[in-house]
Amino acid sequence: MTNPVSRTPPRKSATFDDYTLAEIRRAAATGIYDIRGGGAKRKLPHFDDLLFLGASISRYPLEGYRERCDTSVTLGTRFARKPITLKIPITIAGMSFGALSGRAKEALGRGATAAGTSTTTGDGGMTDEEREHSKLLVYQYLPSRYGMNPKDLRRADAIEIVVGQGAKPGGGGMLLGQKISDRVAAMRDLPKGIDQRSACRHPDWTGPDDLEIKILELREITDWEKPIYVKVGGARPYYDTALAVKAGADVVVVDGMQGGTAATQDVFIEHVGMPTLACIRLAVRALQDLGMHRTVQLIISGGIRSGADVAKALALGADAVSIGTAALVALGDNDPRWEDEYRKLGTTAGAYDDWHEGRDPAGITTQDPDLERRLDPVAAGRRLANYLKVMTLEAQTIARACGKSHLHNLEPEDLCALTMEAAAMTQIPLAGTNWYPGKCGP
Amino acid sequence: MLRFDLALQPLRALNSALHCLPPGQNDVHIEVLNPRGSHAVAVGIDKPVRVEVMGPVGYYCAGMNDGGTVIVRGSAGPGVAENMMSGTVVVEGDASQYAGATGRGGLLVIKGNAASRCGISMKGINIVVHGSIGHMSAFMGQSGHLVVLGDAGDALGDSIYEAKIFVRGRVKSLGADCIEKPMRAEHLETIADLLAKADVTGVRPEEFRRYGSARRLYNFDIDNADAY
Repeated sequence: MTNPVSRTPPRKSATFDDYTLAEIRRAAATGIYDIRGGGAKRKLPHFDDLLFLGASISRYPLEGYRERCDTSVTLGTRFARKPITLKIPITIAGMSFGALSGRAKEALGRGATAAGTSTTTGDGGMTDEEREHSKLLVYQYLPSRYGMNPKDLRRADAIEIVVGQGAKPGGGGMLLGQKISDRVAAMRDLPKGIDQRSACRHPDWTGPDDLEIKILELREITDWEKPIYVKVGGARPYYDTALAVKAGADVVVVDGMQGGTAATQDVFIEHVGMPTLACIRLAVRALQDLGMHRTVQLIISGGIRSGADVAKALALGADAVSIGTAALVALGDNDPRWEDEYRKLGTTAGAYDDWHEGRDPAGITTQDPDLERRLDPVAAGRRLANYLKVMTLEAQTIARACGKSHLHNLEPEDLCALTMEAAAMTQIPLAGTNWYPGKCGP
Repeated sequence: MLRFDLALQPLRALNSALHCLPPGQNDVHIEVLNPRGSHAVAVGIDKPVRVEVMGPVGYYCAGMNDGGTVIVRGSAGPGVAENMMSGTVVVEGDASQYAGATGRGGLLVIKGNAASRCGISMKGINIVVHGSIGHMSAFMGQSGHLVVLGDAGDALGDSIYEAKIFVRGRVKSLGADCIEKPMRAEHLETIADLLAKADVTGVRPEEFRRYGSARRLYNFDIDNADAY
């Protein structure tokens, strides 16, 4: 007879955990990699690993409801004849009509405009709805050039040349057949229902020297009016920022790996790129080394969720941030009110990421007319505006506590790091010390 | 006739003048002297003007042309007539890579040869090349026609969608999902029409062969993964 005390309990592998085993079985059954939307879901060093120090004897704070703390930012001051000024340093990132419904794009425009900031087109071109509802609209110039035309280029307020994206640096876009409706197909000049795979690199330039000439062409076509942004995925932010500056960018956008996508391979999202936190210092240092910090503006994106994140990004040297996933959540994405329907799709509110399938219960990442109607663009726009205002108030609260009369006056010295990783990535001293990994001397 | 001498005047003066033409002034003829390989010459034209460029140009000449006629009396650098919407661009010499890239309409005529990626991601443009074209031409071509009187390089029409390719000479190799297709009467008519518009004489449409998409890769299938 066996003594039960002598048996060891069943032990699962830390390497082959339940999620890994399920993914192996899924791959074996289907023969295709997992495709999903959103950004990296793994735990990464992030803004939560930094804290503000606040005022003390050596620094005095500003009165919360009395003394002004400015939030405005002007983008495109380097070369553009018509730079754009935003009331708040939080912009809406590029998301395409196609990936999103027309109503969702309208809601983004309404919310951004009410809050005094810009929204951005995406792969697939500019719709009349988003132009109409966005006071300030940034026009993305992408490798696919779907929907690209000089009239839209001229009616934009700024141009963003997309080199890469944080969710998939080095990868192209993906819009699967389920979402290629008649209108989307017409805008992209593709047959309805096919899997549309956007190019991963631009068709008519390669490298920074070509990019400089491409920027010249865009400036000449738009008579040097529009600010020109260059957006890169967070891969080599020091060199990419330096090369974008060399090529003549007015604004550099650096998107970390928590930045979302409409759809790509899960393996790409989780295993390519760098955390947003690790990108900022390198991008700022590139601008500083070139004497271009604050002359060429830096926008940071990828996992920005709150006014604290905004304030931390700005304290590290960014001029503005950009939000995508958070904006969709504000519109109603992954809302628990649709839980019953999420369960029918085999998921749950907060985890739904099959945006490419076009069956979004919230009516945001879909082209299905019945689902689309669930989103009221006026109410959703109002929710986004509210959220943007809360983020701004939060950032101002922190800035005043640090004694700053403008969000841009926040500085690295206002921060401390909670973890060795965050200290190493940002060169912000570990809390309670004046040291960060790699620092020599006192 | 207006005349701009790029040896004496900045590029901005030329392009600014092209964009500032008053409505209705459609018969303007502009001559550009001494381009000497300048980039972005005559870009963003949005009126039916005629521009003659008297020499070789650099990158993106006639980029995003919408209704103009641009004649390059020399060779053209990369991306000539990129994203053309409508109108006509004629290069009397050779064209470098990406000629007619992403073009949505209009006619691009290259009287010499075109380098690699001619017609890359074309979206409705018609391109006629009197000579030969380089590798990866019409890559991801979505719509429009590419007519080549000479030969085509490697991987012609790789990952092509609905663009149509007609080659009179030899094709070194076809790209993923690009196949030779039977020539029908409407294709012969299209070729004849484009040859006439491109001032090609002494060549019969029947001398061309047609290439296009097999449409096997339009929706992902794991069993087609080896095709890429």
